[in-house]
Amino acid sequence: MRGGRPPLGLLIPATGAMALVVLPLAGLLQRTPWSQMRTQLFSADVGTALRLSLECSVAAVAVSVVLGVPLAWILARVPFPGRAVVRALVTLPMVLPPVVGGVALLYAFGRRGFVGEVLDRLTGVTLPFTTTGAVIAEAFVAMPFLVIAVEAGIRQVDTRYEDAAATLGAGSWTRFWRVTLPLVAPSLGAGAALCWARALGEFGATITFAGNFPGKTQTMPLAVYIALETNPDGAVALSLVLLAVSLLVLVVLRQRLIGDP
Amino acid sequence: MLRAARALGGIAVMAIAAGCGSSGSTSTSSPPASTPNPLNGPLTVFAAASLTEAFNDTKTSLQKEYPALSITYSFAGSQQLVSQIENSAPADVIATADTKTMGTLTTAGLVEPSKVFAHNKLEIVVAPGNPKGVKGLADLARTDLVVVLEDPSVPAGNFARQALTKANITVNPKSLELDVKSELQKVASGEADAGIVYVTDVTAAGTTVAGVPIPDDQNVIATYPIAVVKASTHLKAARAFVDEIVSGDGHKALLARGFLGP
Repeated sequence: MRGGRPPLGLLIPATGAMALVVLPLAGLLQRTPWSQMRTQLFSADVGTALRLSLECSVAAVAVSVVLGVPLAWILARVPFPGRAVVRALVTLPMVLPPVVGGVALLYAFGRRGFVGEVLDRLTGVTLPFTTTGAVIAEAFVAMPFLVIAVEAGIRQVDTRYEDAAATLGAGSWTRFWRVTLPLVAPSLGAGAALCWARALGEFGATITFAGNFPGKTQTMPLAVYIALETNPDGAVALSLVLLAVSLLVLVVLRQRLIGDP
Repeated sequence: MLRAARALGGIAVMAIAAGCGSSGSTSTSSPPASTPNPLNGPLTVFAAASLTEAFNDTKTSLQKEYPALSITYSFAGSQQLVSQIENSAPADVIATADTKTMGTLTTAGLVEPSKVFAHNKLEIVVAPGNPKGVKGLADLARTDLVVVLEDPSVPAGNFARQALTKANITVNPKSLELDVKSELQKVASGEADAGIVYVTDVTAAGTTVAGVPIPDDQNVIATYPIAVVKASTHLKAARAFVDEIVSGDGHKALLARGFLGP
């Protein structure tokens, strides 16, 4: 360790920060009905919710990557008037209360929403109460995490690599695919992991926009919320699964991608 | 204007002081209130979402009558409120939309004996003007309708299921909402074509939705019990509030909002 003991002035608040995060988790563990875990987790309802959650969150990450990476590149590389405004808009869902996000999604993509109405008229497709709707809600809330991480990554890439590729005759599309993207892979991975974790835990926008129906739109957080009232043991068991999966992914990805010791 | 406001403020302060004096502290300097009324101080009331409008009416009239009274409501699905009180949420009074959820608290010994203060009936809620021509519960089985119900853990969802069973109808809801108000919102916003809620919810929603009555032989009557939470730190005020809801101003407000008497 460099510089000996850490100062108490930092150590005490740091311990407080740890306690704030760790104690509630300890509370959850202490209330866990370990003997019943197996029965709770292998019940059909839990399996359904877990599978749906995984499908929706992975799909939300896919949507975020396909749409978010190009946006991050443009925000990092293309100067245009109003870029700061666009950047602020894109990150807005991070601070918007998710329930408000859900209502906003309804106003846009709902059956009576200004986009949804046209969609319904032209194709007969409606998004609320569908799994696609749940994916859209999750992507809406989680995509900013990916965009921010990737944009920061692209900004750190030394443009001389891209310049060198250009002098060797690579077009801008090739430069993006063969030079920039591989260089930002760690940021992309970290952003995708955060985005996925946020999508997995999404509650407010999903229930407001997509509703709550087992097997279709009732993801794990919704199932946990309902189980809290009818079957608290089941709710704790479900939460623990969410917690374990997220923790595992975050720890693994953090070490691998951010290069943390 | 300003002077009047100040005067009112003064009265409120005096009333609060009187309230403090009467609540058992051994203050000899303040004169005893001429008619000691238990309805003062802060009061936290947990109430089923379907009671929102009627209870807000009651709050307005009671707080006008007792300026030292300050009511804070928490409206949610009854099952949520019960779960919160089980986890020692600081409520003084709880009013639920069925006897089953209240029974959980009674059995756990968390509330004083409950009193029934109102009844309610179910009704089909549709868009204004009933564009899809819904005539009764049987129509809810139609595949061209987007129907939303409530989760069976919510009293209204449980009752709706009972009504559908009585009518021998199978419905495929698109969503199971977590309280009456969010179900109503889905219909009012046009996302859903029909749902089953309480008569009083349709009344409260005004012109944003319309109601289709359910005949009595298929209908389910909801019973609303109210109780004082034993852990309350304002027991006297809580009991007085319960009395107001059972037979006083609150009772009048409930009838005016379409509830049936106890």
